[in-house]
Amino acid sequence: MHLDHGVTYPHRHTHGAAPVRADGTRRALRIGLGGPVGSGKTATVAALCRALRTELSMAVVTNDIYTREDAEFLLREAVLPPERITAVETGACPHTAIRDDISANLEAVEELEESVGPLDLILIESGGDNLTATFSRGLVDAQVFVIDVAGGDDIPRKGGPGVTTADLLVVNKTDLAPYVGSDLDRMARDAAEQRGELPVAFQSLRGADGVAPVAEWVRERIAAWIVR
Amino acid sequence: MSLAALLVLADGRFPAGGHAHSGGAEAACKAGRIHDAATLEDFCRGRLHTAGLTAAGLAAAAALGLDPAGLDAAADARTPSPALRTAGRRLGRQLLRAARATWPSPELDALAAAFPRGAHQPVVLGLTARSAGLGPDGAAQVAAYESVGGPATATVRLLGLDPFEASGVLARLAPDLDAVAARAVAAALRARTDGTDALPAASSPLLEIAAEVHADWPVRLFAS
Ligand SMILES: Nc1nc2c(ncn2[C@@H]2O[C@H](COP(=O)(O)OP(=O)(O)O)[C@@H](O)[C@H]2O)c(=O)[nH]1
Ligand SMILES: [Mg+2]
Repeated sequence: MHLDHGVTYPHRHTHGAAPVRADGTRRALRIGLGGPVGSGKTATVAALCRALRTELSMAVVTNDIYTREDAEFLLREAVLPPERITAVETGACPHTAIRDDISANLEAVEELEESVGPLDLILIESGGDNLTATFSRGLVDAQVFVIDVAGGDDIPRKGGPGVTTADLLVVNKTDLAPYVGSDLDRMARDAAEQRGELPVAFQSLRGADGVAPVAEWVRERIAAWIVR
Repeated sequence: MSLAALLVLADGRFPAGGHAHSGGAEAACKAGRIHDAATLEDFCRGRLHTAGLTAAGLAAAAALGLDPAGLDAAADARTPSPALRTAGRRLGRQLLRAARATWPSPELDALAAAFPRGAHQPVVLGLTARSAGLGPDGAAQVAAYESVGGPATATVRLLGLDPFEASGVLARLAPDLDAVAARAVAAALRARTDGTDALPAASSPLLEIAAEVHADWPVRLFAS
């Protein structure tokens, strides 16, 4: 489904994003979750942890805008042991911390791998920003863009780097569609038009096992990462 | 000294983590000590002649090739606030990552090996300048400029201060910046024979205390 990028990144091999650890084993796969505030990024991270924590060794980095709410929510919900959840502060510029200056996030990721041992998967949640915020390829191996039906069913049509280029587009809160008058078919058509072959997942985290399609996509990424 | 290398290192977009730190401006804005361009200028002048001078001295000494471990200990001794010490080492580690990618050198590799938890930012800055082919004056200039550039940018974000006024503040500080850098370089040259005690040890108690209080805030925009 997802085609990897043909570009190579020579700096990756020396500065943080090298795909192997010092001992020669493959480092954790890093997946970024971006999208507007309130679309359901933290809820998706929590659901993914619950769905995958028995089969994968996981950790989470949050990029709260001005609080530690996201990290605290995940801690309160006990989706992972506390030592596996780290918060990065972003100086009022969440997009800078995931794209233009990724150093604090790279530090957080490496500290997690050092302190809790080898990890299979690290989820990095962006602080939530506008539709142009995307993750640097120096920080993550794949990125998920989370929007919701309540933010308006014209978001996929508007496009923007997140909607258009993310490795997975998640349209969340489908349970709310009837109440906010969002046309899911139209969102699917618009998304397909913007994204071509790139996948789109519709989910409601209010329903049982709502995160299943996204969890399955993560499993595929992990499988591809390990054999690569 | 390559002026172009100096520009690359001094550029606020150099990806070394500084954007998430306010240099004490967030605490000062909240306390009402910074509320407009004039008070930002006062704050910056105070920081420049205290924390800025001290950082510039350490950076110049590192650029001259003084022992980084000794300089790191000297930085610790000049930073009473544990929160600022932690922030300084964190920023040092982030700068080192960017520096090793930008101007690779055996000296930077050795520093990373010797300080896996991070060396103080001004020490890393001095060695980075050295790897970039800059001398102690370049290192001191960047350290001095960073000591006021960070708070100025942060205040634009925190107060919605007119960005033109903020850059005017920085421009008016230019003579002070040059003077502080020159003092720092002179001290660093003395430190070659007299040891790190010859380096400036100016500190601002209010910055240190405010940093401790700020580190305990549950809600804040900047890491320090
Ligand atoms: N109805 C509904 N609410 C959701 C769903 N997913 C998340 N939420 C709620 O939406 C709000 C924002 O979610 P959150 O994950 O914090 O958003 P974030 O800012 O993107 O991290 C919270 O109150 C969630 O409980 C969903 O699928 N359906
Ligand atoms: Mg969130």
